[in-house]
Amino acid sequence: MAKSKGRAMQVLANGFIKENPVLRLVLGTCPTLAVTTMAKNGIGMGIAATFVLLGSNIVISLIRKIVPDKVRIPVFITVIAGFTTIVELLMHAFLPDIYKALGIFIPLIVVNCIILARAEMFASKNSVGMSILDALGMGGGFTIALFIIGSLREIIGSGTWMGYPLTRDLIDPAVVMILPPGGFLAFGFIVAAINKFSSLRIRNKEISQGCGLGCPGCSNGNNGGGGQ
Amino acid sequence: MKEIILIAISAILVENFVLTKFLGICPFLGVSKKLSTALGMGGAVVFVITLSSAVTWVVYEYLLYDYPYLRTIAFILVIAALVQFVEIVLKKFVPTLYTALGIYLPLITTNCAVLGSALLNVERGYTFFQALVFGFAASVGFTLALILFSGVRERMETSDIPIAFQGLPITLIAAALVSVAFVGFQGLFGI
Repeated sequence: MAKSKGRAMQVLANGFIKENPVLRLVLGTCPTLAVTTMAKNGIGMGIAATFVLLGSNIVISLIRKIVPDKVRIPVFITVIAGFTTIVELLMHAFLPDIYKALGIFIPLIVVNCIILARAEMFASKNSVGMSILDALGMGGGFTIALFIIGSLREIIGSGTWMGYPLTRDLIDPAVVMILPPGGFLAFGFIVAAINKFSSLRIRNKEISQGCGLGCPGCSNGNNGGGGQ
Repeated sequence: MKEIILIAISAILVENFVLTKFLGICPFLGVSKKLSTALGMGGAVVFVITLSSAVTWVVYEYLLYDYPYLRTIAFILVIAALVQFVEIVLKKFVPTLYTALGIYLPLITTNCAVLGSALLNVERGYTFFQALVFGFAASVGFTLALILFSGVRERMETSDIPIAFQGLPITLIAAALVSVAFVGFQGLFGI
């Protein structure tokens, strides 16, 4: 019992840290770069994708024994497209502002590599419970990554954070950060920072075993670094 | 005619799919290491996007007119079928290109650029011919970005890069610089 609980925690935590879909596996880069001009949009996109991931993981894990191997990819894509349409209609009705800001990237959740990759690699092989945890972990990791990149770009690019003025009156915002080049730039520097910290972490691990806090610490470090 | 030219040039330069609209980043980062693979991928994408623009326009206009909420599902299935078709054709007639493109060919299905251009066609209410031109021009813009960037990356191979920046980070930062150049096109024709 304790063992299965341990595995559940591991599956959940996997998406946040060790296999963070954006920062470690580099999946779903298009929405990552396109919608992160503001931290709020990043969260909106993250939650929408998490919902689709949760729905598709549950359904795919339920039907995994019925679907023949040969047609599994089209079946997965159809399931994902169904949930994407649900999210699109819901957001259109209840969150019109974010719907407008995210634009065509909401229907484009269908082709987000993260969702198909989880369907193929996890949900089609594991039980429903585990698939739910995996979806929450991966979706959470995606949301956090978008939030970090969005915060960095919003603070530097427009001097605000979550819509509140922060440094706007003190220094002129560097507008390039909310333009397309800023997306590549912010993402590049954050991945470089993570490479730096994770290589340090491996070195630490060699010296003293069990440095579990290494990576959450480093993602906080990025967030703080963005604030300056 | 003027309008068509305007759509074409703005799709290639002003709203370049990769560098200003962020559509199709995965293949952009994945196959731009060498000029030859960049060209192959670009060719496959031009073919698929132009075809899918035509097919999805017809599907939307004549089949889905009363059910616009079904567009996401319908489009992705049409695109998946088209990609399968291109894959079979390439395997049969150009096997060298088929092996060179490897994993990226089936991945065109999950290339945002293909679905993105189909959705943009519908959203902007283009006519059939406009949609065809837009799809073709947008994918040419995609190929252009891929080719330009493969030149940058071939140079990066020989340069001395800090360890933390090796691989993806430096590629993204180089992409940022190339993207700055394309931002310069904004304001062309006042679009």
